[in-house]
Amino acid sequence: MKRLLRLASLSALVALALLGGCDEPEFSDAEKNTIASLALNTLPALKADTTNQYADVPAAAALGSTLFFDVGMSRGGTVSCSTCHKIDRQFQDDLPRAVGVGHTNRRTMPLAGVARDPWFFWDGRRDSLWAQALTPLENPLEQAGNRAAFAHYIKERFGERYERIFGPLPDLSTVPANASPLGTEAEKAAWNAMPARQAEDVNRVFANIGKAIAAFERSIEPGQTRFDRFAIDLATGTKPQGDAAFSPEEILGLKLFIGKANCVTCHNGPRFTDNSFHNTGVPPVKDLPPDRGRVDAVAQVQADPFNCFGKFRDGDESACRELRFMVKDGQQLVRAYKTPSLRGAATRAPYMHAGQFSTLDEVVAHYSKAAPSVEGVSEIHPLELSDRERAALVAFLKTLSE
Amino acid sequence: MLRAARDVISRRGAGLASIWRYILAGLGLAALLVGILTVVYLTAPHSAPGPDTSRSKKTASGLFVASFEPERGVIRQGELQSWLLTLKTSAGAPVEGAAITVSGGMPQHNHGLPTSPQATDYMGAGRYRIDGVKFTMSGWWQLRFAISAAAGSDSVVFNILL
Repeated sequence: MKRLLRLASLSALVALALLGGCDEPEFSDAEKNTIASLALNTLPALKADTTNQYADVPAAAALGSTLFFDVGMSRGGTVSCSTCHKIDRQFQDDLPRAVGVGHTNRRTMPLAGVARDPWFFWDGRRDSLWAQALTPLENPLEQAGNRAAFAHYIKERFGERYERIFGPLPDLSTVPANASPLGTEAEKAAWNAMPARQAEDVNRVFANIGKAIAAFERSIEPGQTRFDRFAIDLATGTKPQGDAAFSPEEILGLKLFIGKANCVTCHNGPRFTDNSFHNTGVPPVKDLPPDRGRVDAVAQVQADPFNCFGKFRDGDESACRELRFMVKDGQQLVRAYKTPSLRGAATRAPYMHAGQFSTLDEVVAHYSKAAPSVEGVSEIHPLELSDRERAALVAFLKTLSE
Repeated sequence: MLRAARDVISRRGAGLASIWRYILAGLGLAALLVGILTVVYLTAPHSAPGPDTSRSKKTASGLFVASFEPERGVIRQGELQSWLLTLKTSAGAPVEGAAITVSGGMPQHNHGLPTSPQATDYMGAGRYRIDGVKFTMSGWWQLRFAISAAAGSDSVVFNILL
């Protein structure tokens, strides 16, 4: 009997050895389709922005780039867009929370592919790139300026360039030096004392500043990575060569990303984002004021005079469907934040909307553990990933930065 | 294992009855088969019965027959799209002047819809345009319609698998 068992086990072993030797494909067809959908070559051409008729005007982009890097575009002349959106750092600043004139409560977002977003900021409190660009200009913690001062500054410094793009500047001779509906008490009072027509003139110049900056930002697009080279080779059935070849650990990480770890549920498409908002139980930062995410942003974007329904939009209202069909209430908005793109993420720590995690290991550990949210309901479930699996996910994420 | 193999050979040499050899070979083959079947079973994708994904069905109380189709025929993930909800009575007459509200979400993800679709236009013949539909991820989505018309109020749920 013992002999029989021995022979049977020998046969079974031979069978397993034969199977193991089979050239089993690394990815199923479904996995291959998902991987192909993440590759940069599936990114469609950038759509026209009909709400900004200057979006693809080169002179507007050129003025926008001047303004983006100009510290003159701030109270005190020390802060520009590029102070936080650093050109050599993926247009972000490596800080847990942005520092402009003051300290903010949110992480600076990188800008690659930003013109493809339907919503802006971590909470989506603006609905166009040009309306977004206006917001830090007047935020007392960021550029801390006011729209009347910006209008005067544009006329003085860039009047000719401005008029070549946008037409004649309005008469600003009686516009106060400092005035804004969002400024200090004195600036608000000055704004409220302005005739409606004059306020609209200033708002129009201000909106055009945003449109110029947005025209520049449209040129900032994600670049090809090792992952894309690997994915293209996989899709075409070519054996990946050189740096396009993935290590077994990177392959395991990719399989987990699109499989068991469910990352691809939200981080989907060639930008690795669903452009939506989710509560994933990211803990608040101690000592910061309460931050409720999307739930507060909904009212802000509706109240913004520069939103798509406002009078400064170019083109018709058919461009405003995102705002029109926006979710305005419900539990799911509480502590919901935008799904960030993962392209380049490995080389831009720290992570999350307020820089809560300093390494990707911490991020992956958070998603593996899936602690409940302090407020609202987290959408994620515990994954129970092993140390090896968590490391593999991080190894894969690095291929999106190389 | 090599020793086991040598054993077999030496036993054969020692005049093991040929019937035993056949039995041994049979057992070996059986083991091989079990091994292969196990591997196939463990690696095969398991298809669980999914939700009902029919695009046309009776409403919950049987008041209407509702059909729900993307207006342009295809679902594109991540894009705002318009769909058509067609309402007929059980006798096949188009339902006109219906008030429709839309809700839904992903039952497995604790979240509702990423947008608030609305019935925006009546297209005639019982067809209503439901605009602002967006599916941001693959998986199981549900869209619920509360319908109020002259015949009464009813509701219907459509399951969409992406």
